[in-house]
Amino acid sequence: MINKLVIENLKHRWVRTLGSALIVGILVASIITLIGLSRGMLEESAERAKGTGADIVLRRDTGATIALQTGPISEKFLALVRKQPHVAQAVGVLTQSVEVITSMNGVNIPEFEKLSGGFHYLEGGPPVGPDDLIIDQAYSRQKNLHPGDTVKLLNHDWHLAGVVEGGMLARFVVRLDTLQKDTENTGRLTLIYVKLDDPARTDAEVAYFNKLFAGDLKANSMAELVSMFSISSIPQLQVFIKVITGMWVAVGFLVVFLSMYTAVIERTREIGILKALGAKPGLIVDLLMREAVLLALVGWVLGIGMALVARQVIVKVAPASLNVINVPDFWPWAALIALTGALLGAIYPGIKAARHDAIEALSYE
Amino acid sequence: MSSVPPANPVPEIIEVYGLRKVYHTGDVDVEALRSVDLSVKRGEFVAIVGPSGSGKSTLFNILGGLAPPTAGEIWIDGIDLRQMTESERTEMRQRQVGFVFQKYNLLPTLTARDNILLAQAIAGIKTQPVGFDNVLKMLGITNRMGHKPRALSGGEQQRVAIARALVNQPAILLADEPTGNLDTANSNAVLQLLRDLNRRTGQTILMITHNPEAAAFADRIVYMRDGTIVQKGDGEIDGSAV
Repeated sequence: MINKLVIENLKHRWVRTLGSALIVGILVASIITLIGLSRGMLEESAERAKGTGADIVLRRDTGATIALQTGPISEKFLALVRKQPHVAQAVGVLTQSVEVITSMNGVNIPEFEKLSGGFHYLEGGPPVGPDDLIIDQAYSRQKNLHPGDTVKLLNHDWHLAGVVEGGMLARFVVRLDTLQKDTENTGRLTLIYVKLDDPARTDAEVAYFNKLFAGDLKANSMAELVSMFSISSIPQLQVFIKVITGMWVAVGFLVVFLSMYTAVIERTREIGILKALGAKPGLIVDLLMREAVLLALVGWVLGIGMALVARQVIVKVAPASLNVINVPDFWPWAALIALTGALLGAIYPGIKAARHDAIEALSYE
Repeated sequence: MSSVPPANPVPEIIEVYGLRKVYHTGDVDVEALRSVDLSVKRGEFVAIVGPSGSGKSTLFNILGGLAPPTAGEIWIDGIDLRQMTESERTEMRQRQVGFVFQKYNLLPTLTARDNILLAQAIAGIKTQPVGFDNVLKMLGITNRMGHKPRALSGGEQQRVAIARALVNQPAILLADEPTGNLDTANSNAVLQLLRDLNRRTGQTILMITHNPEAAAFADRIVYMRDGTIVQKGDGEIDGSAV
């Protein structure tokens, strides 16, 4: 019966209930989309790195998963790496951010094709001239670009030479020397991909490189690198998500607080009736808490629905820019976030309601 | 002041001795009840009549456990209210006292049936009392139980409120101006119902009213003025209070 009263109260003021649930839903959808985007982008990066076919990746020894500096490694290291035993191929790559969250790779195309087995060209062919660019299929579809078109990126007019299937290196690939020159990183690299003559020696060679280049370069096996492309491996992203989550909990708290506070004022007389019938303060608080929980759960379900729709829209509108994945394993956490905000928001109105004097409440008009 | 503790609280269902209630409003003390003595026998239908400010609503609130007394003794069905904490008075309202208000005070979001069931749920009672269907029939609301208050007339709402007040089989039914919002026909119907309930089920009823015609339905009338009882049903006027 108490649950029925809770549901009927929410139904009775359905506009406010729906409005509050929608706001909670938007918060839930936002956080699910943020997590889906973060994971999607990281997974895509991991897949692209794995797609190169390299066994080992050498980066500047900074401890960070993602390099924030474009060319932290001297190209001289590439020559040194190539001289080491068991190194079948070594290719230097320069990475430059483009359009905020996508990136462009500069690489020696023939060398990279030897290491990776080559791009799968859907249209056109490999870059030959200094201004030649290849893009992946997703970007080609999103922007309706085809070989022969001019693409302006990094304040440079590129000639689109080919469209590749994607799944290795960045969405945009150009000649290494051109990108080095454009970004004033001549002689510099972001990382070095290494293919061994025997992949079984990977762990031993990782240890060898780490000893050889200690303090300059950090070697990771591709498996290690892929595992590092996760939110938990990037402290800055973790902090960002925590801050955003905290803000959403605060907004959820405010929404439910205001909704419950006005509900308590509007329902002063009803609270008086409950008290006259013998309802204890705990029951009054319990009633409002249950309403808040129900609001949060309805908002959570709406939020999941909105997140799924948002993902579909993003995939359709910007498949090459934003890679959002479904994160059903995060849904319970989103529920916890919504419930936390809602329960915090219901505490004060609940206590206020429980403290109403029955006689005064019954005379409330 | 005749503050004599009851030797045997059983015969009387309500016993009040030397009851005082003082409200503190700012620096001013307002004495709402001044040494009220009152006894009601089990199964009696008593009307308390008096003008506004006479203290009858304060007496109603104290007898119902909605407010604590300042001084005096109050026994309801053998329970000493004076010793009760706020929490114990709340528990008493669940089972010992049934309220009927002038404004019906039904929860607008629930149907008539659910309003009645809610009173049971709050008291932790899961089964309907034996014979309650007959009470509903007597109240004439059997076919209106699925309706929410807004779909019921004032008279029907008050009859649902009476059913809600009775569902936990309280020792006393306290009715505060139960016909105050009703037209004459509905007033008479509700008062007739209260009298029938009293006669047929032996329910003790204490009704507060300022209307002498409504009071005439009771077995006994107690008159109040200026916070004290000035005349009881036997016609004897308490000279000390007049």
